[in-house]
Amino acid sequence: MNVQMEGSQAVAEILARCRPEVIAAYPISPQTHIVERLSVKVARGEIGRCQFVNVESEFAALSVLIGASASGARTYTATSSQGLLFMAEAVYNAAGLGLPIVMTIANRAVGAPINIWNDHSDSMALRDAGWIQLFAEHNQEAIDLHIQAFRLAEALSCPVMVCMDGYVLTHASEPVDLPDAAHVDAYLPPYQPVQLLDPNDPVSIGAMVGPDAFAEVKYLAHHQHLRALDLIPELTQAFEQHFHRQSGGLCSPYRMEGADIAVIAMGSVIGTIKDVVDELRRASIPVGCIKIGCYRPFPMLRLRGLLEGVSRVIVVEKDLAVGVGGIVSADVQLTLSGRQIPVHTVIAGLGGRSISTSSLKQMIVEARAERLTEPYFLDLNKTVIEQELARRRDIRRAGPVAEHILRTMNVMGTKVS
Amino acid sequence: MWQVRFHGRGGQGVVTAAELLALAAFRDGKYAQAFPSFGSERMGAPVMAFCRIDDTTIRTRDTVTCPDVVIVQDATLLHQVDLFAGLTPCGFVLINSTRSLNVLHLEEFLSILPVGHVCAFPASDLGLKYLKRPLANAPLLGGFAALTGLIRLASVESAIRQRFPGEIGEANVASVREAYDHVTTLTAEQQGILRR
Repeated sequence: MNVQMEGSQAVAEILARCRPEVIAAYPISPQTHIVERLSVKVARGEIGRCQFVNVESEFAALSVLIGASASGARTYTATSSQGLLFMAEAVYNAAGLGLPIVMTIANRAVGAPINIWNDHSDSMALRDAGWIQLFAEHNQEAIDLHIQAFRLAEALSCPVMVCMDGYVLTHASEPVDLPDAAHVDAYLPPYQPVQLLDPNDPVSIGAMVGPDAFAEVKYLAHHQHLRALDLIPELTQAFEQHFHRQSGGLCSPYRMEGADIAVIAMGSVIGTIKDVVDELRRASIPVGCIKIGCYRPFPMLRLRGLLEGVSRVIVVEKDLAVGVGGIVSADVQLTLSGRQIPVHTVIAGLGGRSISTSSLKQMIVEARAERLTEPYFLDLNKTVIEQELARRRDIRRAGPVAEHILRTMNVMGTKVS
Repeated sequence: MWQVRFHGRGGQGVVTAAELLALAAFRDGKYAQAFPSFGSERMGAPVMAFCRIDDTTIRTRDTVTCPDVVIVQDATLLHQVDLFAGLTPCGFVLINSTRSLNVLHLEEFLSILPVGHVCAFPASDLGLKYLKRPLANAPLLGGFAALTGLIRLASVESAIRQRFPGEIGEANVASVREAYDHVTTLTAEQQGILRR
């Protein structure tokens, strides 16, 4: 059914149709609307025999799900930012134990300075914890990815994060097609655990593993991720046959035919980049873009294939490896090892800064002219930076950075751009 | 594509207004995207919300910096926040105020816009009349339909009924209708004056 709906509400609606049996969550912006809606639906008995466990923290939320998943339940949670970091130990455990938990990350910056807005710092911090990480371009894809995520997680017995940009998607109202429960059921079979805490057939889960076998267990986790690289295209193809639309996948090209420059990104900024690509193509600039839909495992082979014939790559990413630069860029560079083409890192949209079409356009033009500094920070206010650096050179007790920057910029309340 | 920017304060239903406009446009068979730009969520803090309306899928996600329509839900923001930044030359402005544009010191400033594109009317009073609360967001949507002709009044009404079924929805719909008539009359008068 086609509806105009807020992203979070749509995710909650589709989650209900995925028939989770245990949901445990702790509210944090911008994830809150999803779990609020789900708690209402559980309370009204709209999700079968699903239990919603109110917990005291994110660490508890995921710990509850680890137990529930090990006892055979389909499990779900959602979080953001410090919430994800607070559950970090359990995040590693869920993956290490091979439990197919699905978690929505409503992507948000990580403090300090405290910031509730969107970037990818949170899920990036846990990119190597062993979870599969899928990124949604728009709300239709966000709901579709949740359906796929349960099937993928359960097929591999590996947890999956569905990452959707906080506010930009979670709080955006846009048209979505919500498939009905029967349709979802036909794509997503009931959960068949590969390991189960069953009093009638007792096993223990969570053995201590020493130096003699730890690498082997870890290797098998890596092996599962490599299997995911084969399975994801199969699942998205089956999804397309079943729901009659393309959604998800490892990476998706847009106007890459004859493209000299490829702009690579993840998440909702892809929409804005597509508009920019159209505009530049009209001006005969041969640019295309590639959406990375699956960030972990990283689809190197597929990406390498898509980048054949390209002579310049620009990676636009909403994160920063302090002291290094780009994170996605590093994966892209590894993908292109052996090929001598420039890979530009563009750090954009940190802490929710709007990524404008005009800034993207200008950045691409500058990249073509070899005028980008590396890494390039989109729309960085250099005057403020230089002032603050000078001040810190001159005064030993210079005080906190964030407060001084705010004072310099006179940022109060709402600013338009 | 039409781009609308709502300005108000936390607690005045600014985000809801943008969502209702998107829903109304959807009911008109258009593509719509609505999203907020929160500061830290506090009652009374300046808030913005955005709505884009088009005949095709909307992909861009950047904030609306060049709006075709600016809706001001709280006149105390005038001269505080840069409300009209980037407004397109043929744009529309709708202000919730009991005062005229002249008294608000906006007449000269907004005279660059086409006649009949600017309107100030007491939307909060309509909220008080029908909802017993000074809620201006629904009446402003009625005003929006009258001022721009971009969405049908019936679609605004059905969007409100879908979001707020029952008595509250009906009271909102009544406020929307009066706002629609009020703004239709006001803009007709403005254009009439010019013709004379």
